[in-house]
Amino acid sequence: MSLLLQTYEIQCKNHTCYGRQKYLAKIQVNFHLLRNKTRPHEGEDSFEEAPMYVAVLTYMNYGIVILFGYFRDFLRAVGLEKCHQAQEREEQRNFVPLYQDFENFYKRNLYTRVRDNWNRPICSFPGPFFDIMERVSDDYNWTFRLTGRTIENVINMGSYNYLGFAENNVDFLKTVAEETRQYGVGVCSTRQELGNLSIHEKLERLVAEFLGVESAMAFGMGFATNSMNIPALVGKGCLILSDELNHTSLILGARLSGATIRVFKHNNMQSLEKMLKESICSGQPRTHRAWKKILIMVEGIHSMEGSLVRLPEILALKKKYKAYLYLDEAHSIGAVGPTGRGVTEHFGVDPNEVDVLMGTFTKSFGAAGGYIAGKKELVDYLRSHSHSAVYATAMSPPVVEQIIRAIKCIMGVDGTTEGQRRVRQLAENTRYLRSRLKKMGFIIYGNQDSPVVPLLLYLPGKVGAFSRAMLKRKIGIVVVGFPATPITEARARFCVSAAHTREMLDKVLQSLDELGDDIKVKFSRHRSSYRPELYDETDFELDS
Amino acid sequence: MLKTVVLHNVLMETVIRRRRSDSVKMAAGQQWVLVEMVQAFYEAPAYHLILEGILILWIIRLLFSKTYKLQERSDLTEKEKEELIEEWQPEPLVPLVPKDHPSLNYDVVTGPPSHRIIVNGKECINFASFNFLGLLDSERVKLKALSSLKKYGVGTCGPRGFYGTFDVHLELEERLAKFMRTEEAIIYSYGFATIASAIPAYSKRGDIVFVDEAACFSIQKGLQASRSFVKYFKHNDMEDLERLLKEQEIEDQKNPRKARVIRRFIVVEGLYINAADICPLPELVKLKYKYKVRIFLEESMSFGVLGEYGRGVTEHFGVNIDDIDLISANMENALASIGGFCCGRSFVIDHQRLSGQGYCFSASLPPMLASAAIEALNIMEEDPGIFRVLQDKCKHMHKALQGTPGLKTVGEPLTPALHLLLENSTGSRTNDLKLLRAIVDYSLDRQIALTLARYLDKEERFLPPPSIRVVVTVEQTQEEMEKAAQCIREAAVKILK
Repeated sequence: MSLLLQTYEIQCKNHTCYGRQKYLAKIQVNFHLLRNKTRPHEGEDSFEEAPMYVAVLTYMNYGIVILFGYFRDFLRAVGLEKCHQAQEREEQRNFVPLYQDFENFYKRNLYTRVRDNWNRPICSFPGPFFDIMERVSDDYNWTFRLTGRTIENVINMGSYNYLGFAENNVDFLKTVAEETRQYGVGVCSTRQELGNLSIHEKLERLVAEFLGVESAMAFGMGFATNSMNIPALVGKGCLILSDELNHTSLILGARLSGATIRVFKHNNMQSLEKMLKESICSGQPRTHRAWKKILIMVEGIHSMEGSLVRLPEILALKKKYKAYLYLDEAHSIGAVGPTGRGVTEHFGVDPNEVDVLMGTFTKSFGAAGGYIAGKKELVDYLRSHSHSAVYATAMSPPVVEQIIRAIKCIMGVDGTTEGQRRVRQLAENTRYLRSRLKKMGFIIYGNQDSPVVPLLLYLPGKVGAFSRAMLKRKIGIVVVGFPATPITEARARFCVSAAHTREMLDKVLQSLDELGDDIKVKFSRHRSSYRPELYDETDFELDS
Repeated sequence: MLKTVVLHNVLMETVIRRRRSDSVKMAAGQQWVLVEMVQAFYEAPAYHLILEGILILWIIRLLFSKTYKLQERSDLTEKEKEELIEEWQPEPLVPLVPKDHPSLNYDVVTGPPSHRIIVNGKECINFASFNFLGLLDSERVKLKALSSLKKYGVGTCGPRGFYGTFDVHLELEERLAKFMRTEEAIIYSYGFATIASAIPAYSKRGDIVFVDEAACFSIQKGLQASRSFVKYFKHNDMEDLERLLKEQEIEDQKNPRKARVIRRFIVVEGLYINAADICPLPELVKLKYKYKVRIFLEESMSFGVLGEYGRGVTEHFGVNIDDIDLISANMENALASIGGFCCGRSFVIDHQRLSGQGYCFSASLPPMLASAAIEALNIMEEDPGIFRVLQDKCKHMHKALQGTPGLKTVGEPLTPALHLLLENSTGSRTNDLKLLRAIVDYSLDRQIALTLARYLDKEERFLPPPSIRVVVTVEQTQEEMEKAAQCIREAAVKILK
């Protein structure tokens, strides 16, 4: 306690010129030091906690909006305000209401206020720049009208175009065009009926080779790869240990499987081990029969947190407790690892040690669909039992060709080093953006190598303002709030791409710096140095 | 617990005090004791007596109840835990699939799966792909896709909410809504995920869904994801459905407050993929208003097939499309692209933009596939005669397949995807499938590409019988259809005897 008082005094002496908020923030730092919360080591995920006053303000912010919502609902009820929402048909007014009231309340009174920050239509390919179609609302965001103008050359910080394969270069897309000319776009049948084209099999062999595993199977939609294959792997009497922040598709798949689901804290190995231990000891609920199998489900890079899975620890736990591991590499395949082979390569782990490797083609490969890879027995089983193989139309041939071309490029079998250049460029860009943002005093979540960069805004009021102001500066970013994040942790998210040049990133950083001061979202208390640091190419050698 | 003990002590003390005063009086005059006691009993206020009564009962309870737990806590020691973990042996992640498993080795198609298709190296006429309108080979569609590829590349690299909304998506949605004559349409990037996401967007835990037994697998998965009560009615049996609705009505009268919040839905297919027949939509609409149930209609097989302008089963029956709460269809059959869509009134459809999981959390449809679908719609709008041609061909095929020895043709004459069932089952599904597969192989050798209808035996709620699928498309000529029917007949004679 005396230490605390001492630091108080020092703070008072040294920072008398600070505003009250900053002073409070400093006190918070000291509390953190006392709680032994130190800065993360290099390579570890960081989740800096916000100052207390931010949380208080955030709740207040929600409180005010909700009160206002009630007030406006009252005005609507007495007819003083016009309600723009689509209404139920007259004939069906006496049916049971289709929607619950709260759901609608949130949408009507909170989401509508900031609705213009999502679903912004674009009219170019989602490369490093894109063109956004300008829309305006004449009725306070209830409906939008396209003005016909476009906001051209907006820097794209929102698309998952990690390796820059979302491109329309005719030379690169030559083979894709050829396939389109030959095949058309559809397949009109499922894999098990007459939709199994030879190029599907070619793709699957290539994916397996790329990942360094025995076999792979590809599916038409990333989301469905999870939700339609997990039920084939586990069922009643099995246990799924799922990370608390897992993607909806994993949760849906787990739920559809009928297995028991238990949730461990995000990336928390103690929580996972405790759960493994207890589950094995106590067996199934009520009957106490032993579990048939236990499947751990994690994501390589989390799409909202930017955190990297603790793969070596999980593999050790999995071995110790004889569980199986399902690794969703939706955001990490292509995006991390010295040659873009995902988190297994990043940690130097043999990919064959992971039982089920899942990933999507939507992000790094600039296509659509997903894959599951692993041992031949696994893939054989999926070929005969996957819901997707039996009931869903097979992948579109041009999309398949795009994936093949992207993977070949990354592997270098196309005879160029372009793929590897992109992988390195992405890693460089990622570190650059992340370290600069941290220096500026933003709270940035996640791992230094993760190209998903969440910047915490906390207050819902800042979410809309931030995104709009960035668009004004011709930078397209993604903002997310409740319910996609915890209620107090609204954030902006940047996805770094290999296609971003240093100039683009510098422009983004400069805008962020200015805006961060304007809107006051530089909440970090780790600003140790105000000394500008010099950055040049050699700072980011990755071979160390 | 502590609280009750303290309270109890206080109460006990008052009892003892009262007893003490009684005993003092008793010592003073023995003969008055009984009288006084009775008197005191009469004089005491009622609450006092009740309190005492309760206390006495409490004491009796305390005397007879056990203060210790019979079952001792059985915490495991660390060592025991380790032993348990050591002993536990999980099942393998997946069971080994036998090499000759019927669905392990796929037929391989080299080249495009269009009218002429190369299956396992043999060039055949395609009677298996759902390319009803032959749009897969359409040069116009391909050119449109190519020009889209040139502009947008392939992937969208994001969900609709995060810069995954392209102008072509908006255009396709508008065009679909206009084509179906509804207020709004919403597109999904995967046909299967369309209805499977739409159902749980509306129907939640506690709600009731009435479903036809023949409903396809994606409906079943949607229902499972919704966690609602599912009540199956016999296939196309409106009496059975009405029986269930009446049952529910009686149930509702018992608890009208609860009934006011339980949403109800009927989920049917326009043209059943598993049964190859059409749902009795006019009757369903009548039941809808009688029992105040919403109707969700899956039209993957009937969109672009039934009706004068290919608008599906509503047009076929002349039902007002606004009477159907939600129509869902995929763009992978008649439109020969990828993805699916839902359409209906904005009040209903718009909700999916925040609640349709397959919409919100998945990357959007590659623009070139959306462009292809737009061009396919153009063709359908420009040449509505195409639907008449298809319907005539369906009728023709249906007729040609009648009387195949040993095989039963299942499906209505207007259906473009018929099922051929064994008239006499061998009694084992595996053997039935083998026989049917032999017919498929026989046909493949004679340039007729057919396929078995595939199901996951253990996953289906009501497993359809094994069958061969025969698909009719506008590209098939009269002669080709005759040839196919002839070929199937020969095979049946030869293999089924």
